Order: sequence, then structure tokens, then C-alpha cells
Amino acid sequence: MIIKCPYCGPRDVIEFTYQGDATRKRPDPSSTDQNLWNAYIYDRSNPAKSHREFWLHTGGCRQHLVVTRDMSTHSISSVGFARDSKHAGDQ
Amino acid sequence: MTSSRLPNGGQIERAKSVGFTFDGRAYSGHPGDTLASALLANGVTLFGRSFKYHRPRGLLAAGSDEPNALVTIISGDVREPNVRATELEIFDGLAVQSQNRFPSLEHDLMAVNQLAGSLLSAGFYYKTFMGPAIGPLKSTRFWMFCERFIRRAAGLGKAGIAADPDRYERMNAFCDVLVVGSGPAGLIAAEAAAATGARVIIAEERPVAGGSLLASGEIIDGRNPAVWAREKAEALANLPNVRFLTRTSVWGYYDGNVLTAVQRVSDHKPNRTKGQPRQRHWVIRAGKTILATGAFERPIVFPGNDCPGVMLADAVRRFAVEYGVAAGKNVAFFTNNDSAYDAARTLSLAGIAVTTIVDVRPDVSGACRDIANILGAELLLGSAVTGTHAGKSLSAITVQHFNMTTGRISGAPREIKTDCLGVSGGWSPVIHLASQAGGKPEWDEDLQAFLAPEPNQNWVVTGSAAGYMDTISVLSDAATKGSAKSRLVLPSVEAPMLDSSPAPVFEIEPAGKSQKAFVDFQHDVTASDIRLAYREGFHSVEHLKRYTTLGMATDQGKTSNVPGLAIMADIRGISIPDAGTTRFRAPFTPVSMGAIAGERYGDLRPHRLTPMHDWHISNGAKTYEAGLWHRPMIYGSHGETIEQAYTREARAVREGVGIVDVSTLGKIDIQGPDAAEFLDRVYTNMFSTLPVGKARYGLMLREDGIVFDDGTTWRLGETQFLMTTTTANAGPVMQHLEYYLDCVWPELRVHLTSVTDVWAGAAISGPKSRSVLETCVTGTKVDNTALPFMGIVYGRIADIPVMICRLSFSGELAYEVYSGAGHGTRIWEALIAAGKQFDIVPYGLEALGTLRIEKGHVTGAEIDGRTTAHDLHLGWMLSKKKTYIGSAMINRPGLKDEHRLSLVGLISLDNQSINGGSHIVSDKTPREPADSFGHVTAACYSPALGKYIALALVKHGTSMIGKRAFATDLLRDKHGAVEIVSHHMFDKDGSRMHG
Repeated sequence: MIIKCPYCGPRDVIEFTYQGDATRKRPDPSSTDQNLWNAYIYDRSNPAKSHREFWLHTGGCRQHLVVTRDMSTHSISSVGFARDSKHAGDQ
Repeated sequence: MTSSRLPNGGQIERAKSVGFTFDGRAYSGHPGDTLASALLANGVTLFGRSFKYHRPRGLLAAGSDEPNALVTIISGDVREPNVRATELEIFDGLAVQSQNRFPSLEHDLMAVNQLAGSLLSAGFYYKTFMGPAIGPLKSTRFWMFCERFIRRAAGLGKAGIAADPDRYERMNAFCDVLVVGSGPAGLIAAEAAAATGARVIIAEERPVAGGSLLASGEIIDGRNPAVWAREKAEALANLPNVRFLTRTSVWGYYDGNVLTAVQRVSDHKPNRTKGQPRQRHWVIRAGKTILATGAFERPIVFPGNDCPGVMLADAVRRFAVEYGVAAGKNVAFFTNNDSAYDAARTLSLAGIAVTTIVDVRPDVSGACRDIANILGAELLLGSAVTGTHAGKSLSAITVQHFNMTTGRISGAPREIKTDCLGVSGGWSPVIHLASQAGGKPEWDEDLQAFLAPEPNQNWVVTGSAAGYMDTISVLSDAATKGSAKSRLVLPSVEAPMLDSSPAPVFEIEPAGKSQKAFVDFQHDVTASDIRLAYREGFHSVEHLKRYTTLGMATDQGKTSNVPGLAIMADIRGISIPDAGTTRFRAPFTPVSMGAIAGERYGDLRPHRLTPMHDWHISNGAKTYEAGLWHRPMIYGSHGETIEQAYTREARAVREGVGIVDVSTLGKIDIQGPDAAEFLDRVYTNMFSTLPVGKARYGLMLREDGIVFDDGTTWRLGETQFLMTTTTANAGPVMQHLEYYLDCVWPELRVHLTSVTDVWAGAAISGPKSRSVLETCVTGTKVDNTALPFMGIVYGRIADIPVMICRLSFSGELAYEVYSGAGHGTRIWEALIAAGKQFDIVPYGLEALGTLRIEKGHVTGAEIDGRTTAHDLHLGWMLSKKKTYIGSAMINRPGLKDEHRLSLVGLISLDNQSINGGSHIVSDKTPREPADSFGHVTAACYSPALGKYIALALVKHGTSMIGKRAFATDLLRDKHGAVEIVSHHMFDKDGSRMHG
């Protein structure tokens, strides 16, 4: 698998660390809703279709990327910096 | 033995000869020979013994599909087993052994297994050996007894135990187009692709290009097809944008059009030139892949079909045309399609007599009849071979009438003398790589074979791999697949008009008792094994495969897959595509581990040394590895045990002063306007209130409320902090912080830099540590006012700038002195020199551990991914004024349960040491199993207390204080009484470090 890092260019997956489901939203920190927190911490979706996930370019620029990858074919349709991503942020 | 070498012909260098040995006996061949062709030329027909029944086996095929002729190459102490004789190029001095025979190939004692044949049928092992003990001969225990005998009797070659002396290389390559195979399709596709200017890699598994053209009886552009292929390949190899790799098997197809290949660089040479690897492993990233992998001929399953001398029709042709070797003097063919007629025709051109052609079809085309007529071969239509006669190799076949519609055999058996039978059951396109890439093969009714599926990556299949079986359509398909805009002028082809579509006959099933009919030669799976599997309920191909082991040998069923499926489909009364097929897996052909490892063997870990490492070594340090770091364990003196050494070192710290290398602590520079806010969110306690020039002990949780890491963080400026982490967690903490900044709080203006290796750190501890600093530090005062507990000052030692923080892990008055890593040793030596008058002692990790155990300070042994802050008595660090990572989850009932393990101290009551990892039990004497209610996380001898002590995580920890229990370690046979005490075992109020 090759991930096209927007900073470093196309690199082999061996340089990256998988950092999990990028569709989760961290609850408001002051929230005491245990169900909400449980879902955030423990539930991961693994759909057999396109999915958004975080990858850290550990062996490169050390940026977290949001990679949109088809889980059944491993084809990657888009890569962007997590920091630019709309879904990030909880405060 | 008589020579079977033809007087002329073949693509071998007849002028030169090559000497080699097979089972200790010397033979000779010619350059260009494989082991198979050279032995066959020497009259050898017996190549090995079969996997289960030890049946004598000869050659079936002539290429990488060969299931029988597996041999072991011997080179000194090194053995390479399971090499296909049909791919092994001979060279002077090559020494080869046959496999799975005892004591010799000709006289094999294990052949008695044949007599027990019906016992060893499919599922034999499961039925006999698995499950509960019912009777003496049925159980898993019985299997364990029998296993060593069975393993010796059944199997392939033995692996060597000597270290592999060879060198292997790895290559990464990139290309626009990768062409796998260089037969007619591969050559033309590559030519078309190269003409567009694309960067092309061609990988050919054989030593020369040409594929089927090497043994073809056709004429291309008025020339011998092998010559045409050679010239075409040379022209391609000379192009600047083409890389032509021969002896290179592409063995795996992965995501992102990544393919793996092994190039046999010098396997065919008696001596390697200097620096030349044995094999080179390629990882090729291709823009587009053209699979021109050809097709494998299939055998027909019939009784006695594994007799040496029964070969694939194409193999008989290849040995004659490529190597000038006659596999027999009077050759017969048995076929269900036209391609055997072309083989017969080509064989006759090479000067070998073809006596008989047995065809299951009731009628054949005029072209076929003409060939039989010209050859003077008897044509037996509507017939089938129903048995073989053999001494050491084939002497005659039995032929009977066969109705291919009903599958019924009739009429009197007729015996026909022949010493070689060429069998053709049709052709299976080689779709292994496409199947690996993820596609589901599709059945082609015309070809009676599976074709590659629709591509799921950027690949195309061409030539016979795509189902084109005549050269003209192969060439035009390949030109188009090579480049859609190809304007190549294709060569003319003179070939007989034959049709390779086979009649749908896969098996000749005799009515009564008969010889065994083999489907999978390498794993000794017979047609009756498949029927047995069906009767016992294993109907799906996946079950069939696993129950009979059909197709699971090293050849992955290259010749057996389709016949096996066809037989099962027939029994079930369904079509072959409805029966389905299993997916091919990498590798296409076996790959040596050495090639994959390349130069990556032995100790591959980096070794991390602190700046003061050399000083430690030259001052008697015994080191051990802590993660990747090498750290001093003790500084030993003569005659001292480890316990004596660390006791001496720890006592020196409590009574005088000691110095320890703390450079390995993780260090992260945190800067930015929001740095303090960030730390407030990351740590359980408050950091925004920390004044500049002060440090604070901090605790981090994971999001689920479990403790993650601890350490001190120093505020160096309003917007700058230096975080320290435990040595082991330096990487994970960095990643944790990066994750939250990038993915959760991108609005925070904070920048992180790992500075672990930038700073050298030395901790000096003990009541005299301040005196040492006063002796050597300039530019700052270090007294209690200038440098209070958790204070930071900047000064110089040996005229080198240093940063000093007063903090303590040992519980004594202590300081950490940080300098640039390049100055580490000078600062260290200056501190040692300054401490000399105070008898300063360098101490290692053992003493460091002892000091912290006495104090009840936690490390990774207690922060084990299961403990909460409350478990470790660090609940006071959980701020109630703010939220932080983990704050939402810390109050879950499970994390507040009163039965949780919590941190306590232990004191040995029998004055014996306590083993780390011991369980805490209430039994006076060792008992198994015992109810454990805790475990020891760290243990030592405490010089301060004069006792053996330990830290432990114990159920109801705090309420157990004052009680007696036992620490038991059944593995190391240790059991002793302990008293449970507070984890603060020494200087509970901390007056020593605040003093």
C-alpha cells in the first residue's frame, strides 16, 4: 500500500503508523455521558467500503493524515492533513 | 544405463560438458541442461519417492509445475530441499540428493506404505489420532507417540540446520509497465509497451526468453521460433527503457500494484564472483502489470497415471526440442484435445517415433487425422488409457473403449507397448498472480479452465494466460494489451490448424478394482480420496482441500487443481464453476527465506548508547538492555555479587552522595502560546499554574482512565516546557501528544520536538549532593533559597552551560544536571571530580531501583496498563478543577471497585529475597493451584531497612496493611512469608529530599 503524504509524497505504508478510525468524534470533555464516552473509546467501525482513518507518518514528517481508504480493496481515494480536517476538534 | 540424448537438436551447448552427482553417482550433461533433462539423457527415469506411499515417481512436467521431481541440493553442510529438478540448471560440481527415500531411491523400505494404502487415505490422521482416548489406538496422545515415526516416513526434503553462508540482496524497482513472462505474448506486449516510451521491466522465470516458442514446431517470420524469440528478447533488452530480468520468478501480487520477485543471480554457477549474491529479491511497483504467464498443461486422471514414464505431452516435447532428450523411444499420447497432436508432430520432427495416439473424443478434425497419418501413428478414437504396466518405468499401457458422454469404459483391454506416455488434459491459464491480487477466477466453458477475473488493480492478462491458445491470436492480443495504440507489425506464423479446446473429460474412472489414479502427485491425493471426502461430508472445495490436502503441497496444485474440482463437481452433479475454486496464495513457487530477509538478519535492533556510555564501561559498569538502551546495571568491584554491588551503591546515596546517568529519560520540548493549556489537558494535574523556573511531577492517563505515564515537566518559559517521560514510554508519549494536537485539538498553537538525544542528564543524589554542586557549579547559587525543591537554575560546570533541576527519584536531596549531549561526559567527569572529596559513587539501575522501591515510587512495572491513579495512591494528582484526558472515565464503577489491586509494600519475614512476579497467597505451604490475590512488581534488598522488601499490587491493598501473607513463585520454587506494609517504606514524610 502506498500513501501519498501531502508533505513527503508517495511513501510505502511501512513508514506509517495506523492511528484508528477518523470518523469518531470526541465528546465534549465536560460530558459525563458514559455511553457517549464508551462509544468514543471502544467502538470502531470497520465497514467493507470507503472509510476514513488516521495514519501517522512516523518515519517521515510525523503529521497525522486522514486517509480515505476502501477497506475491501485498500484503494485510497484521498489523503489530507488531520489538522485541516473538518471533523477534528472538540472544543 | 543407455543415453537418451538425441544425436542433434536442443538448445544446449553440446560442445561442453558439465559434471554433477545425483545420490552420489557422477553424471554429465551440457550447459543449458536442467537436472531433469541431464538425468533423463542419462537414462534416469526415477526421480523421487512420493509423499505418503513412497511410490516411485518420475518426471511429470518440464517446468515450475513439476510435482514429483523434487530434490535437495547439497553444498557442504548446507542443504536446500524441495528444488524442482526441472528448474535446476546444472553446473560443474553440483551435488544433488533425491528425497523421501530410505535407504536409497531404488530400494525404498517405506514403500510398504503402499500396502497400507487404504489406511492412509484422506482424513487418516484425524480419524486415527485426534480426539478423546477411546481404546488404545485412538487419541491425541497416541498421535504424539506415533508422530515422529510418521513424520519420518511421510514428507518432502529435510531442511538443513547449518547457517546459510550465502548473501542475498534486496532491490526496490519502479516501472510504468511490468511484463511477467517472456513467451510470445510477453515479448510482443513488452515491445508494444516499450515503443510508447514507457519504462518496462520484463521478468522471465527461465534462463532464456521464449516460453512456449522454445519448444514450438511452428515457424515464425520464416524462422525457428526459438531463434525469433532470442532475437526479439535481445533487441528489447538493448532498449534504454527496458530492463530484462531472466531467472526471475514473480511470486506475489500485493495491493497498490506491488509485486515481489526472486532473481536467481548465481544459483546456476559453480562459483560466485566476488560480491555477487546468490539471489536478489525484488519489490516492484508497477504502474501497470501485464500478466503473460502462459498456461500449464493438465494431466488426465486415470489408473496407474503416476508411473514413471507417464508425462505431460508438452513436457515430452520440451525435453526433445529444448534439451535434445528423448523421454522414450516409442512414445504414445493420451489426450482430450488437439494440442497433443502438435506435440506429437514436433516430437517426430525431432526424430522420435510416435506409435499411438489415444483420444477420448469419438471424432477429431482432419488436421489431427493428417498428423496421425503422416507420423504413422495408430489413432485410437473414443478410447482411454485404463492402466499402466511398469517395472522401474513404463513398459505398456492398457487401452479400452471410452464413451465420453457417459464416462463408461467398455470392451476388452488392449495392451500397447510404449516406454513413454504423453498426456494432455487441456490447458489451465496461469492465473495465480491475478487470483492473488484478489479477483475471483471465472470458468470458461470452451477452454474448460478458469480465466483471470476482471482486474481489481491495474493489470491485464494476455496470451495463453488470457485463454488465447494459438500463436496468431496470442500475438495480436499481446500487441493490444501492451499498448492500445500499438502499431507493431506482427510476424507471420506457420502452424497447423488445431483447436486446444478440450473435451470435458478429466478422469477415467474404472468400473471395478484398479490401480490408484492420482490427482495431486505431490501430496499423494487420489481420485478415490476425493470420493471418500464427499462420502464423509466434505463437499465444498475449501473442505475438500483441507480434508484431502489436495493442492496444499509446495506446487499449490498447479497440475491438480482443476482435475480435483472437476471430480468433486461430477460427484455432486454440479458444474465446475458452481463447485467453485480456492484462491491462489503467494508464493507462486517456493521462495527461500534468505532471499526475503536479504541482509536483514541477526540482531536488527538499533543499540542506543548514552553520551557517557564509554565512561561507564571503562569504570567497570556491567550493562543491560533496557528497551533499546544499554544502561549500567551496577559498577562492579572484584568479588562483589550483584546484590552486594547495588547495596553498596544504594547505601552510598543514602549516606553520602551518588551519581547516575539519566540521559535515557524521554524528553519532549513543548512550545507555543497554548503550551500550558495543552499540558493541562494532557496531565491530570495543573500545569498552567506552574511558575517559570519550576518543575512539577505530572501524571498522564489514557482516554479510558488507566494510568499511561508519569514524569516531571519543567517550565522553562511562559510558553516553553520541557517534558520528561519514562525511558520506555518516550516514543508512545510523543505519539500520544502528536495525536491529540493533530486530530483532536488542532486549534491549539503548540509545537512538539523530541529532544531525548539532545540532552545528557546526570542525577546526583544524597545528603552531600548539594556540597558537590557547590564545589563545581559557577554562575548560580544552589542553596535552598536559590534552588528550592523543584526549582530550576542555569549555571556552568567546567565552563559548560548546564541546567539544574532539584528533583528526586531516590527520596534523597537530589539534582538532575542537564547539558548538551556532546558535553555529557565532560560534565559527568567534572561532577565525579568534584564529588571525590565526598566519596561520590556512581550507581546503576539496580541501585536506582532499590532506592525507589524503598520510597514506593512507581515505574513501568506498576504502570502496567491496568492500574488507575487510585490503585497507585496517586489519586491526589487528579485535578477536580478541570477536565483532562481520561477524566470522563476515571469514576466508572469498575475502576473504583474496592476489590481492585492496589500498591503496597512487602517485607520479607524469613530474611529471604522475594522474587519479582511472585504471587501473593494465604497458603503457608506452596500449593497448586492457589488463590492469588496479588503479585510482586519489584523486589530488592533494602540497605536502608536492612531487609528484603518488595512492591506489590494486592487486592484490598490498603486494608491489608499489617497483615501477613506469602509470596509464592512456583516456577522458581520459592515460597516465603511476608508482611504487607505501606508502599512508603522509607522516609514516609519526605523530609530527606526537602531538606
